[in-house]
Amino acid sequence: MNKKISKLILGFSALTLLLVGSATAKVDGDIVTLGAAVSLTGKYSTNGKHTKNGYDLAVKRINENGGFKVKGKTYKIAVKYYDDESTPARAAQLAERLIKQDGIQFMLGPYSSGLTKAMAPVTENYKIPMIEANGASRSLFTKGYKYLFAILTSADQYLAGAVDLLAEKAKEEGRSLKTLKVAVAVENDPFSLDVRLGAVEKVNKYKMKLVLDEKLPKSLDDMAAILTKVRALKPDLLIVSGHAKGAATAARQIDQFRVYVPMVAMTHCDSAQIEQKYPVGAENILCAAQWHKKLTYSDDDNLFGDGNDYVDIFTREYGYSPPYQSAESSTAIQVYVDAFKRAGSFNPQKVRNAIAKTKLQSFYGNVKFNQYGQNIAKPMVLLQVINSEYNVVAPTKWASTPLIYPRPK
Amino acid sequence: MDSIIQFFTTPSFLMQALINGMVIGALFSLAAYGLALVWGVMNIINVAQGDFVILGGYVAFYALGISTPFLEALQPNFFSRILLTPGILPLLSIPIASSILFVFGYLLYKVIIYRIVSRDLFTSLLATFGISLALQQLMNLSFGADVQFINTGLPTLFFMDDLVALPVVRLFSLILASILSVFIVIFLKKSKMGLAIRAVSQNARAAALIGVNTDRVYAFTFALNTAICGACGALVGMIFNLHPYIGTPYTVRSFMIVIFAGLGNLPAVILSALGLGVFEESADFMFGAELRLAFVFSLLVFVLVFRNWRLSKKREYLK
Repeated sequence: MNKKISKLILGFSALTLLLVGSATAKVDGDIVTLGAAVSLTGKYSTNGKHTKNGYDLAVKRINENGGFKVKGKTYKIAVKYYDDESTPARAAQLAERLIKQDGIQFMLGPYSSGLTKAMAPVTENYKIPMIEANGASRSLFTKGYKYLFAILTSADQYLAGAVDLLAEKAKEEGRSLKTLKVAVAVENDPFSLDVRLGAVEKVNKYKMKLVLDEKLPKSLDDMAAILTKVRALKPDLLIVSGHAKGAATAARQIDQFRVYVPMVAMTHCDSAQIEQKYPVGAENILCAAQWHKKLTYSDDDNLFGDGNDYVDIFTREYGYSPPYQSAESSTAIQVYVDAFKRAGSFNPQKVRNAIAKTKLQSFYGNVKFNQYGQNIAKPMVLLQVINSEYNVVAPTKWASTPLIYPRPK
Repeated sequence: MDSIIQFFTTPSFLMQALINGMVIGALFSLAAYGLALVWGVMNIINVAQGDFVILGGYVAFYALGISTPFLEALQPNFFSRILLTPGILPLLSIPIASSILFVFGYLLYKVIIYRIVSRDLFTSLLATFGISLALQQLMNLSFGADVQFINTGLPTLFFMDDLVALPVVRLFSLILASILSVFIVIFLKKSKMGLAIRAVSQNARAAALIGVNTDRVYAFTFALNTAICGACGALVGMIFNLHPYIGTPYTVRSFMIVIFAGLGNLPAVILSALGLGVFEESADFMFGAELRLAFVFSLLVFVLVFRNWRLSKKREYLK
């Protein structure tokens, strides 16, 4: 008897879920709802918050300006969020839920390559476009996905520029490139391995010597052994990548073990705030960044203005200066709105085709996708910590300050 | 192959591996000893051990964060000048973290742990795993997911033509870990509570029969464990990093050390922790960071197989 009742209840609730699910749709009256799973808890929760704040700020700004027009009718935007708990399995589940139960037809990306990798097969399967701003792994763009678009430059480009910079400086000094030694220490995760790949390709191109090539286990926050080897090998360039933890460990221990390398380059300096927390070790370190407020891009749609305006607006809203993770997330929303307008429709297929033809400039940079969905119109920049502040030093076109090389001993 | 030869022919590498390994080993020996204590006395494998360590680190971090600006704002006097000498406040934060975690452990026992003491191993594993998850998320919510560390302002010592570096704070941890373990041994051997703990670990029922309050002994043992974790955490915060989700490696490592050493054998725990640390660092020099953990875990498998083989020989003898 009991079993029968519970089966009945189960069946009934499943039915209601189905009914409720199909009742909500992506465009309800004049509101277009985008779907996103971001990490509000778990190990990515800091960057998850930056991502969400970036999305929210753009949405708020668009709606305050009265929304946008598609075929003469004015629409506003909303985002439906779930917490993916920083785990790929949960992210994939939530993508499924957003699309099937909540009827979402336009997706935004989560934070990190790993989670984007987990969600992409789902959105691809349902032919729902996803514009992501925080998954940089190269492998996202080699699977032939048709509905995935990335605002940011892929991971292999992060520190390739540092090798270029070393080559440039060596040429100025009249040194042969073959005598240059490069040491690489990266975390063993998809993002950092891509960073390594890009840098190593450049090292091979210039025929430099790769004297150290280490992959750090994820659970390790000690680089003492690696730094001892670096001290003995005396490389000209040390490349480190391992998210905020890697940057924090390296900046601190380079100082603590007093290891001298003329050029040190790493990723995620700003999310680790190395310039504030380890001011001595961080001085003159090169940091890869997707964006910096001093770059002279400005919005085509006038939503924020230029980089400095964005920083002002963001800081007023959230009380802290935006990292690039927020900036690129805001631009993801701008790209959607631009695509809606050009598509003149909310049909996912038509919107997808419009996104593929995107050609715009925002405060964050130019956006233009290649056939794999990568943004090819925006270069990475290299910042250098000088007097505990970030300054753009490369590429030369955008440089605001000359590079300090070699790092003073 | 080159790197193996290079390792054994470069004295500075050998020396650095030895120093780093001992430091890591000393830290792990603290966490491992707490684990062995709780395991041996209460028959609980505490999966939340690493999270207690990290919590201890955060307590020390905030204790410093609050007290330093306060002392700096005061009129400089004799005491504040002593306290603000580099290294003094961080050193004081260790007993602070330890005592706060002692209270925390005691409360945790009174709320949750006492329910699982007499249960089977599976229940205790599940319960402590739950505590671990809850603690991680609580730390994330209250302290944020940013990477933090405790700045001691202590210098680095250099030896052998400046090729070997030893940050003073690492030396601290080595000394402190040794003092603490000696203290724990004396406490267990000489004090009344230590005697009671040992009695309960040998036979809880018999101990209860002769009038030992087993519940109090359990509560104290568990609190003692969290206090040790607190001290270990403060040192971890000074040497490595603090992050709400990096507790697990400390749990795994201490679990491994206890398996190595066996329960109820403090010198063996300390020795195997130091040995493991040195071994791990050497593996890093020889095979690269990538294979470091793989090497350590294969060693564990080897030791387990070896032990089993020896035991089976003994069984034959008994037959």
